Amino acid sequence: MLVAEKSIRKVIKGRGMPLPGDDIDTDRIIPARYLKCVTFDELGKFAFYDERYDEKGNKKDHPFNDERYHGAGILIVNKNFGCGSSREHAPQSLMRSGIRAIIGESFAEIFLGNCTVLGIPAVTMETGAVSELMDIIEKEPETVLTVNLDKKIVETDLPGGKNSKIFKIGVTDSAREVFLNGTWDTTSALLSGKKEIESKARSLPYLNHFLT
Amino acid sequence: MGKNLFNKVWELHKVKTLPSGQDQLFIGLHLIHEVTSPQAFQMLRERGLKVMFPERTFAAVDHILPTDDQKRPFRDSLAEEMIEALEKNTKEFGIKFFGPDTDYHGIVHIIGPELGLTQPGMTVVCGDSHTSTHGALGAIAFGIGTSQIRDVFATQTISMNRPRVRRINVNGTLRRGVYAKDIILKIIAELGVKGGIGYAYEYSGPVIENLNMEGRLTICNMSIEGGARAGYINPDKVTFDYLKGRKFAPEGDEFDRAVSFWKGIASDDDAEYDDEFVLDAGSLEPMVTWGINPGQAVEITEKLPMLSDSEDREVALRAYDHMNFHEGDTMRGKKIDVAFIGSCTNGRISDLREAASIAKGRKVAKGIRALVVPGSRQVALQAEREGLDRIFSEAGFQWRLPGCSMCLAMNPDKLRGGELSASSSNRNFIGRQGSPTGRTLLMSPAMVAAAAVKGEVTDVRELL
Ligand code: SF4
Repeated sequence: MLVAEKSIRKVIKGRGMPLPGDDIDTDRIIPARYLKCVTFDELGKFAFYDERYDEKGNKKDHPFNDERYHGAGILIVNKNFGCGSSREHAPQSLMRSGIRAIIGESFAEIFLGNCTVLGIPAVTMETGAVSELMDIIEKEPETVLTVNLDKKIVETDLPGGKNSKIFKIGVTDSAREVFLNGTWDTTSALLSGKKEIESKARSLPYLNHFLT
Repeated sequence: MGKNLFNKVWELHKVKTLPSGQDQLFIGLHLIHEVTSPQAFQMLRERGLKVMFPERTFAAVDHILPTDDQKRPFRDSLAEEMIEALEKNTKEFGIKFFGPDTDYHGIVHIIGPELGLTQPGMTVVCGDSHTSTHGALGAIAFGIGTSQIRDVFATQTISMNRPRVRRINVNGTLRRGVYAKDIILKIIAELGVKGGIGYAYEYSGPVIENLNMEGRLTICNMSIEGGARAGYINPDKVTFDYLKGRKFAPEGDEFDRAVSFWKGIASDDDAEYDDEFVLDAGSLEPMVTWGINPGQAVEITEKLPMLSDSEDREVALRAYDHMNFHEGDTMRGKKIDVAFIGSCTNGRISDLREAASIAKGRKVAKGIRALVVPGSRQVALQAEREGLDRIFSEAGFQWRLPGCSMCLAMNPDKLRGGELSASSSNRNFIGRQGSPTGRTLLMSPAMVAAAAVKGEVTDVRELL
């Protein structure tokens, strides 16, 4: 029986955590030695491990260690975030450390796809807007962000109407569609065409021995 | 207007357009390894699903393999646990596994082409970003995440947006001492590590046509380092000759019929592309990286860039800080500590031949740890038949067993502290080779051999 994990991701609310820097690769997000595992369950602890701790295990300055951002669910990044390896361990470790959405100037493709399939919207924003948003949060870490995938905006807010601002975000039509419909888990959509898959398999002109 | 190979293969494999607007794409060949597959098998079990076409998936173990002693159980209990999981999963779901006790084992991107599993006109996926390698045979091949591995198991399809296609024409004639690795490092340096986002790269032009299959595999392998999810080369005589006689390739009449399918799937002469880029490789020199991403590379006689000229100033600053290099430095003469020849980029027989021709009759400089790690058991056997292992050993290189080894830190081969490594692998990210303060210089296998015998970064052309 297929258990469809239905859930709609229309609006995501939470505090933000700025993580500046371009080209932050997946080896930095989750160092390779923590890939020695057969489940993703424990990965939350190891997100950005080598940037958060020195070789003796002492804490270094890093947004993930910063008390002010404790409990933040929305990560703000710059360009080409998540480049490098295809390891789903990277978004899994972010998800398991509490990240529910990522806003950035741009993302590496495999990383973006991995996020989408896990139900983590990774949305884009213009360079200037990202800097402004990072500034707002650095000054007032209590600011609450609302990522609205339906309206394609992010709203910022602090009690008393302070910091209220609206930023435009970019999200691909296909990602927006699956989040709004709760169909970001792809397996069931793909399985619905079982007959078509079988006839496609028969129609391919491959002549490999592994098929016989 | 004609069509390019990418679009032809895509259309051939497209099952339908999904409600999300993405295409459902049938996958001809699925390769798996121990790091990214166990969680996908777990997801299948949780949902009570089966593998729809188990005969289209092949498994290898590579990342965690120790390269000094592959006897079981492995000394590292986590590594042992991972290989056991793969053995159990492949058995339970009826998937063929080339374990380290077989003659066909090795790095997944080496064995796919080597066994003739990868063929022109196919769609190939693997939970590994360097799956782009397989495009060298005229397949469209890309890395996927673990949830997509689950999808391929359950449905033999994935959901994906079709990328655009950029043709990269490489013109000229390569000079002596300049290899496929230098071409791809130059392309990434020119187009940037983000330049390929949203694109598949078609490599063409006289230089590419003149490369042997192994050089082509090196080029396609690093497409992902330029941000392109896939890279491919149109199948031609080099491709067909390479495939003939391989374990899983068609035989006899079937082979001839396959060739006509393969010829037809190549890009038409008047094919359309979304973008084109031309590289004149006639004056290209050996390349070496100086920074912390594969785009931060220079020709060996060039000076390191001034920060003021750099578009990515912050990344350059961080690179100089980590590498302990300075603007205006030259790479030539930098003292190295480690030399690594291997990986899915450059662990094939021709890579070892090129490196051995430099090592022959010379000695690894004092104090340098130098490793040669064949990419597969077949590569190792061939090298041993040719006596390359002896050339390396006599020169003071360690001749190891196949695996990913020092390409990444998931097995005992690692950098220590701030060691500087001359490496034929594909990533110079901070921490990639196992030490958070370790430093990696990417270059061709011949350049690594030259650095090993001189003890410092050297222009390989001086030793030819
Ligand atoms: S050799 Fe390196 S890049 Fe290739 S599969 Fe192994 S770890 Fe990945």
